[in-house]
Amino acid sequence: MAYAFDFSSVLEYREALLAGTVKTLGLTAVGAVCGLAIGIFGAVSRAWRLAPFDRIFTVYVELIRNTPFLVQLFFIFFGLPSLGVQINEWQAAILAMVVNLGAYSTEIIRAGIEATPRGQIEAAQSLAMSRAQLFRHVVLPPALLKVWPSLCSQVVIVMLGSSVCSQIAAEELTFAANFIQSRNFRAFETYFIVTGIYFLLAIAVRQAMIQAGQRLIARRAR
Amino acid sequence: MSDISYWDIVRNLFDGLLWTLGLSLTAFVLGGCAGLLVLFARIAKHPLPRRLALGYIEVFQGTPLLMQLFIIFFGSSLLGLEVSPWLAAALGLTLFTSAYLGEIWRGCVESVPKGQWEASASLALTHFEQMRHVILPQALRIAIAPSVGFSVQVVKGTAVTSIIGFVELTKTGSMLANATYQPFMVFGLVALGYFALCYPLSAYSRYLERNIHGSRAH
Repeated sequence: MAYAFDFSSVLEYREALLAGTVKTLGLTAVGAVCGLAIGIFGAVSRAWRLAPFDRIFTVYVELIRNTPFLVQLFFIFFGLPSLGVQINEWQAAILAMVVNLGAYSTEIIRAGIEATPRGQIEAAQSLAMSRAQLFRHVVLPPALLKVWPSLCSQVVIVMLGSSVCSQIAAEELTFAANFIQSRNFRAFETYFIVTGIYFLLAIAVRQAMIQAGQRLIARRAR
Repeated sequence: MSDISYWDIVRNLFDGLLWTLGLSLTAFVLGGCAGLLVLFARIAKHPLPRRLALGYIEVFQGTPLLMQLFIIFFGSSLLGLEVSPWLAAALGLTLFTSAYLGEIWRGCVESVPKGQWEASASLALTHFEQMRHVILPQALRIAIAPSVGFSVQVVKGTAVTSIIGFVELTKTGSMLANATYQPFMVFGLVALGYFALCYPLSAYSRYLERNIHGSRAH
């Protein structure tokens, strides 16, 4: 029963693989930017107890962190249309990524904000900074810098998790894999190569996030 | 098919929930045993097992769980083995869990003060005896909170096994949503089921975290 591996039959579909890789990266980029924005807002609401947002974000964070991404995706894609909200597979995938990452980054960034030394805030207040200025210039940059490694990991986890978006027919990298193996009947080789692509993507995304952190935050935090 | 009552939906989902729970427990227990092996390899004196364990951890943490399941599911059929979705799901999640737990526990072992290693070495304990009698009992205390926290990831990870055809809570939900045309209600109940499993674990993990830090203070 010697099985002859044939990886070249997968590489014939390199255009589909490339298109899928680009879509997965795009999904991750939009998810990361919007998710972090929600995370910053949620974190300050919770850390500084800004009513009513602090309560809302507490419930949101617990709901999202204690349910699987796949179920959130199905709920958005299949559930919302029955309420009359029309949504296509990409909108559902992006919404699910943003909502998911928003919850995790709220918790991560909150830890950074709560670790701000008391003296920093007092010093800023003595300079007559407004609360918004205080947050923008004194609290946020060092808080983000402190938790940046966790945020990088979380973005990578969400990118890897996006592989289940193939289940609602969003044509990302896993969808490309399913398509290719249905054509060439080389399931093992196809998934092996695509797993390798995900592995490289995970390394690349992490490096890009670390670079972005140094460029955008590290300068401002000092 | 239109006469599926509310009660039928809830009862079927509850059956699915039990399968999710069973798979989670299997993966966590077996993954914990395998994770202990990963831990021992990761902190071994010899560099070869250390590197192998590091590679193992990076592969499982750097690739999607769904891909790992696909490779196990399709790879085993290449070896001429008939693997059921249940077996593929249990094996995939066990490997996934072992990689994460091995790495979490390594952190816990390394947070045990170095003097403990030196003191036990001066009593002529072997490496294994040091681990068994001195290091692991102390690391265990630190490890409980993050391990319980990680169990939430295991429970949520089981949802992905629905894609390779294992009928657990999410798969049951998909089938019921198709049969009843009430996806909002069905997936809402599915989410509630996961929340009921995961929230107590999350809350317990947080409680343990606070308590351990409290008892360390004095």
